[in-house]
Amino acid sequence: MSVQLQLDGVNRSFDGYKAINDLSLSVDKGELRAVIGPNGAGKTTMMDIITGKTRPDSGKVLWNQSLDLTKIDEAGSARLGIGRKFQKPTVFETHTVEENIALSLKAERGVFATLFHRRTEAERARITELLQLVRLEEARDRPAADLSHGQKQWLEIGMLLAQDPELLLVDEPAAGMTDAETMRTADLLRSLAGRHTVIVVEHDMDFVRALNCRVTVLHQGHVLTEGSLDHVSSNPEVIEVYLGR
Amino acid sequence: MTTLIDRRMGVFLAGLFVLTVLIPAGNLASDGALVPSYIVSLFGKYLCYALLAVALDLVWGFCGILSLGHGAFFALGGYAMGMHLMREIGDRGVYANPLLPDFMVFLNWKELPWFWLGFDQFWFASLMVMLVPGALAFVFGWFAFRSRVTGVYLSIITQAMTYALQLAFFRNEMGFGGNNGLTDFKDVLGIPLQTDTARAGLFVLSALALAAGLLIARAITTSKLGMILVCIRDAESRTRFMGYRVEGYKLFIFVVSAMMAGVAGALYTPQVGIINPGEFSPANSIEIVIWVALGGRGTLVGAALGAIIVAASKTLFTGWFPEFWLFALGGLFIVVTLFLPRGVLGLIEDGLASLRGGGARRAVSAAREDGQAPDAAPEAEARA
Repeated sequence: MSVQLQLDGVNRSFDGYKAINDLSLSVDKGELRAVIGPNGAGKTTMMDIITGKTRPDSGKVLWNQSLDLTKIDEAGSARLGIGRKFQKPTVFETHTVEENIALSLKAERGVFATLFHRRTEAERARITELLQLVRLEEARDRPAADLSHGQKQWLEIGMLLAQDPELLLVDEPAAGMTDAETMRTADLLRSLAGRHTVIVVEHDMDFVRALNCRVTVLHQGHVLTEGSLDHVSSNPEVIEVYLGR
Repeated sequence: MTTLIDRRMGVFLAGLFVLTVLIPAGNLASDGALVPSYIVSLFGKYLCYALLAVALDLVWGFCGILSLGHGAFFALGGYAMGMHLMREIGDRGVYANPLLPDFMVFLNWKELPWFWLGFDQFWFASLMVMLVPGALAFVFGWFAFRSRVTGVYLSIITQAMTYALQLAFFRNEMGFGGNNGLTDFKDVLGIPLQTDTARAGLFVLSALALAAGLLIARAITTSKLGMILVCIRDAESRTRFMGYRVEGYKLFIFVVSAMMAGVAGALYTPQVGIINPGEFSPANSIEIVIWVALGGRGTLVGAALGAIIVAASKTLFTGWFPEFWLFALGGLFIVVTLFLPRGVLGLIEDGLASLRGGGARRAVSAAREDGQAPDAAPEAEARA
C-alpha cells in the first residue's frame, strides 16, 4: 500500500506554545483513520498544516510521497485533492442547496473558467446523485440557511464529495447529529474508504467504534499511541490523558 | 438559471429608456422651454452617479469589499477625459498656445509632459478612461488581496488611497492643473459643449453606459463567478478550501468595478464642465457607499436608484436649505439602516407585493404591525 500522506517531525508553536510537537504520522492510500485526543491536543492545527492554512516551523508534510504540502496554500491543497469538512458546518447560506453542491463540483477553478461556465448535463446528473446520497433532494431549491443543523452537516458532506477529493479531512462530523444520523455518517465514511483516504477527527467514542478503523491518539501535539480502538483504550497513558476525564 | 433581465431590471431599463427619450427630446423640440438645458446636464450627471453606484455595488454588495475609495477611480476616469477636452481647446485658450493648456503656460512650462501625449486623440483618451483606473485597481488589489487585507483595514487603506491621490492632484507640479483642475472645455469631437445637441448626446451616452454597466454587472453576478463572489462575501475561508483562489476573484471584480467607475467619471466631466481634486475627496467616496446602502445593497438596480434619489435630494435640499443637507443625508442613512435593511428598492418591492396581495389589504397591514416585514428581510436578502 502506498502512503497518501506523511507528516515527518512537524513542529509549530504559537507565541511559545507548542501546538504541534515533533508530530509524525503516516496514512496509507484508501485508509480510514480516526484521530482522537483531548482539547488542545493539536488536532485542528494538524489539519490546518495539512491544508496549507498554517505553515509548520519545521518538519515535512509529504503528499503521495513526493510533493511538499508546506509550500501550498488552501486553494492549492484543495486543487490537489484534499477536501476538508469543518467542525462547525459552513455552507453558503444565501445560496440554494443545489448551488452549494454545484459550486463544490470538481471543475476548473480559474476566474475566467467560472465566468463563462455553463452547467453541463453531466454536472446536473452528478448534483442530483449527490443530493440523493445526502438526502437533501427535497430541499434543493431552498436557501441553505433554512436547513437544520444536521442537514447542514449532510450538505457539507455532500459538498466535500462533490469535490471528489483523494483525501477527506473530516472534523467532528457527528456533532449535532441524532444517534441514527451519527450511525449513518459512520456507514457513509466507511463506504468511502478504499476509493478515498479518510481522516476523521472525533470526540464521540461510539462513533469512533462504529468506524471500526485504526485510531491515532494525539496529546500535546504529539502521537501518544496508535492502533485499534481496543488497543489504544487499554493503554494506561491514554486513559489518563483522555478517556479517564 | 437566472435570466439576465429579471423584472426588476426590466422595469428600471424601461424607465431609463423613457427618460432618455423624453428629457433630451423635450429639450431639443421645445428649444429649452419645456425642459431647460440645465436639467439635461443635471440628469445626465445623476446617471453617471448611478453607474458609479453600480460599480461599487459589484464589489461591496456581491463580494463584500467595502471600498471607501471608489471616488478615486471615478475621478481618474474624469481626469482622463478632461485631459482630452483640454487638448481639444487647442489655441482657443486664454494664452492661445496651440499645444499647452493654459495652466501650463501660466506655470511657465515649455513643453507638454510625457503623460499628456496621446490625449489629443479621442480614442486614446477613451481607452485611458478605463485603463488608468483599471491599472490602479489592479496594482492596489494585487497587493491588498494577496496579503489578505480584508474588512475595516481594507476600507481604511482604500480611503487612504483616494486621500493620497487628492493631495497629489492638488500639487501644481503633478501637471493636472493643481487646485483648479481642468476646466474651460470648448468642445468634444468637434461639437461645442455649450450646445443642446452636445448635452443631449452626452445624456444619451450616459444612459447607454448605465444600461450597459447594469447588464454587464448582472451578467457577471448571475454567472458561476458571481456565485463564488457571494461565497467569498459570506465565508471567505471556506471558499479557499473549496479550491478557489479568493485573491484572483477579488482582483477581477475590483478591476472591472474600477473601470466602470472610470467610464462614469469620463461622462461626468464634460457634463459638469470641470474636474478638480475635490472629486478625490474621501467624503465623496463615502457618499457612494450611502447611495448603495440607501438604494439596496447587492441589487444593482437599487444602487442606481439610490444614487439618483440621493443626488436629486441633494440638488433640491442644497437649493432650499443648504446648511441642512448633511443632516438630512445623515438622517436618511440612519433611517435606511434602521428600518429598511433592503434599502429603498426593498421597500418598493415589498410595497408592490403587498398591493398585489389583492383584497387582503387589511390582513397585510395587520401583518406589518406584527413585524412581518423584518421577518421577510433575511429571506429576501438570501434571494439577492
